[in-house]
Amino acid sequence: MMGRNSVIIVSALLLVLVLGISSVYTVGEAEKAIKFQLGEILNTNSTPGLHFKIPLINDVKIFNAKLLTLESKPERFLTSEKKNVIVDYFAKWKINDVAKFYTSVQGDVIQANIRLEQIIQSAIKDEFSKRTIREVVSSERDQIRDFLIAAANPSAGKLGIDIADIRIMRVELPSEVSSSVFRRMESERSRVARDFRSRGAEMAERIRADADRQREVILGDAYRDAELKRGEGDATAAEIYAQAYGKDKGFFSFYRSLTAYKQAFKNEGDTLVLEPDSEFFQYFKKSK
Amino acid sequence: MSWNEPGGNKKDPWSGRDQQETPPDLEEVMRTLQEKMGGWLGGGIGIGKGENPKNTLLIFLVAIPLVIWALTGIYIVDEGNRGVVTRFGKYIETTQPGPHWRLPAPFEKHAIVNVEQQRFIEVGYRTNIRQQTQQSFAKEALMLTQDENIINLSLSVQYRIKDAKAYLFNLNDPDLTLRQVTESAVRGVIGKNTMDFVLTDGRSGFADEVKGDIQKILDQYGAGIQVMAVNIKDAQPPEEVQSAFEDAIKAREDEQRLKNEAEAYANDVIPKARGAAARLLEESEGYKLRVIAKAKGEAGRFEQLLTEYQKAPEITRTRLYIDAIEEILSKTNTLLLDVKGGNNMIYLPVDKLQRLGVSAEPAKDNDSTQTFQDSPDSVVKNIRGSTVRGREGRTQ
Repeated sequence: MMGRNSVIIVSALLLVLVLGISSVYTVGEAEKAIKFQLGEILNTNSTPGLHFKIPLINDVKIFNAKLLTLESKPERFLTSEKKNVIVDYFAKWKINDVAKFYTSVQGDVIQANIRLEQIIQSAIKDEFSKRTIREVVSSERDQIRDFLIAAANPSAGKLGIDIADIRIMRVELPSEVSSSVFRRMESERSRVARDFRSRGAEMAERIRADADRQREVILGDAYRDAELKRGEGDATAAEIYAQAYGKDKGFFSFYRSLTAYKQAFKNEGDTLVLEPDSEFFQYFKKSK
Repeated sequence: MSWNEPGGNKKDPWSGRDQQETPPDLEEVMRTLQEKMGGWLGGGIGIGKGENPKNTLLIFLVAIPLVIWALTGIYIVDEGNRGVVTRFGKYIETTQPGPHWRLPAPFEKHAIVNVEQQRFIEVGYRTNIRQQTQQSFAKEALMLTQDENIINLSLSVQYRIKDAKAYLFNLNDPDLTLRQVTESAVRGVIGKNTMDFVLTDGRSGFADEVKGDIQKILDQYGAGIQVMAVNIKDAQPPEEVQSAFEDAIKAREDEQRLKNEAEAYANDVIPKARGAAARLLEESEGYKLRVIAKAKGEAGRFEQLLTEYQKAPEITRTRLYIDAIEEILSKTNTLLLDVKGGNNMIYLPVDKLQRLGVSAEPAKDNDSTQTFQDSPDSVVKNIRGSTVRGREGRTQ
């Protein structure tokens, strides 16, 4: 009796369990689901949480509803001045309409990325062909982004995809162009370098010349002042002499001459040739 | 029912501790669980309820695994982390650090996210922590400036997760996204600036701009990431033109050097000139004073002498004259010639006198009296017998 009861209980439990498991499904916070009924899409408006289905009759497919990433390989594009640039970009997209997404790309993210890349590339080609490199690189990045999103979204919408953002990452010049850019940068630098050096030389010359001028002025002024001072001295001295010597002109010339004689013949060894009839020798030949 | 007692006992401490967190959910779920299980089990073992010890054993066999199962819902959120609880995939709550209980496995799940850890990504280079080396990634680092120059820029972005829920559910790959956004944003900013600005003045400024741009884009995506800092590690011209740039920097230094040298020259010359000028002035001042003093002295001497002279003019005059001549003649060699009465032909052996002077300069030579044949009455006298130097005698 007990054994049979147990068997019944256990098998009933198992049945409930199997039925229970196959009649529920969960949809994650960042997921979307399609509920199929015998292969047909029954509904797509699933909210996160626990849901029920009829086993065997209903089938469910779960999709990632987060923002997904498409990162492109570098591609060449022509700008309006017919220059090649190598561009890569990334796009952020999410599944907007799971039913369309499922039917158009079989719900495959990789396949969706391939399709999106084609769409976005042709949009970029259009936008770049209208703009110069400078505009692409600097001024119109945000504008290009808006244009790209606007251009790509209608086609992406057919895949059940909503593109949230397309951003250009690298815009590079092809290697042959880069090398000429490098050469230009070099020549620019050498121009700058030369400019610096000759500016330096100019400034140095100015400073030296100014210093020389100052030196000349200082010395000249000093010479002038010194001469004036000497003149003052000479004048004062002359005045003093004149005052003193003026008191007796005769005696002055006598006295001054004697001083001058002494001064003139002060060297030992100077030889004087004299006649003995000078006043000095008046007693030399005969005493008076 | 007896099996729910241990469950009830287990429940109390948890609900006590987590009252503000999950008590209604917990109790509700437990109750529905009890009812459902009770209903099924009750149907099976209702006959022998409370009497059959085998039934009691069965109840315990079921209850103990249930309790253990319930205990698997305990999880601990460490400091600096947040727990994110989902029920059947649906987001329920974000829990703070501390111990928590959620419904066990198939019902609820939790994920733990570190929201305080400082994470970082490197753009343009990679650090190898083990080898302590940095390798540069030219592909990431090279970018175009507004003036179509190419620069080499590497930077790192420091960030943390600010919203665990957003971080988990909004973006498929938030960290990769941050890298992409950084590359795009930094190129956007660099593309708006000239190379000179980027390489010199703008370094700190554009880092902030990049940071702001990254944050704005990430917020649009709802990435749940907070950018803490953008550090420009290196902004320099590409390797290919490095030497030219270095030369330009050297040139700038050269400019300064030339200027400094010239200033050094000026600093050398001008003070020296000032010194020389001061010397000139001092000398002239000295000259002036000397000349005046000399004049005063000489004038004074003359005046004093004059006073005495005026007292006895004749005597003083003669004395002065004789004193002076004496002084002169005592110092000099004197040739005394009396030419009046004699022959007009005078032979002065100047060369001999000179030779004598040269050979016998230090010696005292008394024997220097010479007589000329042509003029026997003329006397050649060397008064002091000293040397004869270059000066020639005077002839009449």
